[in-house]
Amino acid sequence: MPDLGLNVLFKGKNLTRLLGGLGVALQISLLSVGISIVLGILLGVLMTWKNPVSRVLTRLWLETVRIMPQMVLLFLVYFGTTRVFGWNLSGEMSAVIVFSFWGAAEMGDLVRGALLSIPAHQYESAAALGMSGAQTYRYIILPQTVRRLIPLSMNLITRMIKTTSLVLMIGVVEVLKVSQQIIEANRMSSPNAAFGVYLTVFFLYFIACWPISVLAGYLEKRWK
Amino acid sequence: MEKRTAEANIMEPILTVNSLTKRFGDLTVLDGINLKVREGEVIVIVGPSGCGKSTFLRCLNALEDIQGGEIRLRGETISRDSKDLTKLRQKIGMVFQSYELFPHLNVLDNILLAPTKVQKRDREEVKKEAMALLARIGLESKAESFPRQLSGGQKQRVAIIRALCMHPEVMLFDEVTAALDPEMVREVLDVILELANQGRTMLIVTHEMQFARAIADRVVFINEGRIWEEGKPDRFFDDPKTERAKQFLQTFTFERKRAEEGTSRLASESCAPDAG
Repeated sequence: MPDLGLNVLFKGKNLTRLLGGLGVALQISLLSVGISIVLGILLGVLMTWKNPVSRVLTRLWLETVRIMPQMVLLFLVYFGTTRVFGWNLSGEMSAVIVFSFWGAAEMGDLVRGALLSIPAHQYESAAALGMSGAQTYRYIILPQTVRRLIPLSMNLITRMIKTTSLVLMIGVVEVLKVSQQIIEANRMSSPNAAFGVYLTVFFLYFIACWPISVLAGYLEKRWK
Repeated sequence: MEKRTAEANIMEPILTVNSLTKRFGDLTVLDGINLKVREGEVIVIVGPSGCGKSTFLRCLNALEDIQGGEIRLRGETISRDSKDLTKLRQKIGMVFQSYELFPHLNVLDNILLAPTKVQKRDREEVKKEAMALLARIGLESKAESFPRQLSGGQKQRVAIIRALCMHPEVMLFDEVTAALDPEMVREVLDVILELANQGRTMLIVTHEMQFARAIADRVVFINEGRIWEEGKPDRFFDDPKTERAKQFLQTFTFERKRAEEGTSRLASESCAPDAG
């Protein structure tokens, strides 16, 4: 059996450090997901407005996010703002800003789609029962939108968790950065550590994302 | 029934429509409609597809904005700009062609939502009323079911009860059986017939001519956005005045022949409460 380099995991506090790194990654993604959902719902409602100004602005936002690699956005926010505006943003902060900017746009697009998929007669039946616009949204439209949205947004959330692996480029010590440190430190004693450590990282991401996929599948089935 | 109509005649109209005009862009859909509806009157609106009859009904509830004329419910103007529009709409119940129950709520919650949230009535009290009405149409066992578990006919009957629980003064029915399988049409029409017997004020758009004849106090024939003729159902169906109405009714000839017995059966049934 070849040496898979798994032994380094049990040296010192390496496994705990890896888990800590995963914790940082999850913290960044969960915070960004939370902000993205709130901003995304507002943005999604704006996207359905017929007002040309809101249309152009939201469209521009979405296209920027789609066209720009997340890495470029991270560099722009982390390095770029320091000199130009004199902001001293931490790597984590920059990551949350970029991921929320990205997540809000994509979430907004999902919300827009879900809102538009609610048939017009749902609004009309509510109106015919004497409901105000706010009541219609609260009791009729939003509950149905959320049901359509949750399975779709699960996919976005797993993508955001996976993409946190980029933030090591702006000096955040997350799971991938910890892996590199462990591999570097053990280059002489266990040269095969790269395989074992990255394999472990693979499973860590899997454990973080798989329950979300399962939940999405379950909700999709339950709400049809 | 005769007596009720006679009484209704001397009453003030509950709903008044004055030279109502509705345009979609350059297309004039309704062109100066005048109509007075008395309390307890059942008006059936018939006409060829695209004549504007559904649009007319939707205007009465301000689901469409109008370009001319006015609609008054007991002296209050109904329009998209009315300040009390949501209040006015509570007085007008409407049932649509497409099954429009709220899919995320069960039958009972569909019925209770507007009375409890909009009218702020006591949930238990409305629930009692809703259950009694559901029992009346034989659906009390479906109170906890979701709309997707019901047949089209059941959904429409629930939609009628949902509208009734708001205690509307006028009920509007927009081709409520048009999307139903034939065997489900009857169960829905029976419910509407019962409402007529209770003396409710109703405006009904339908393509069911036998039903129209049985239930109507007055038939209104709309063509090309105008009222071409109106009158008692027997007069309209047996002896239409205009050529266009004759043509229109001829498209139902096949149904009318079969309807001879059907009509009298329906008619005797609708009179049953007076007889009994």
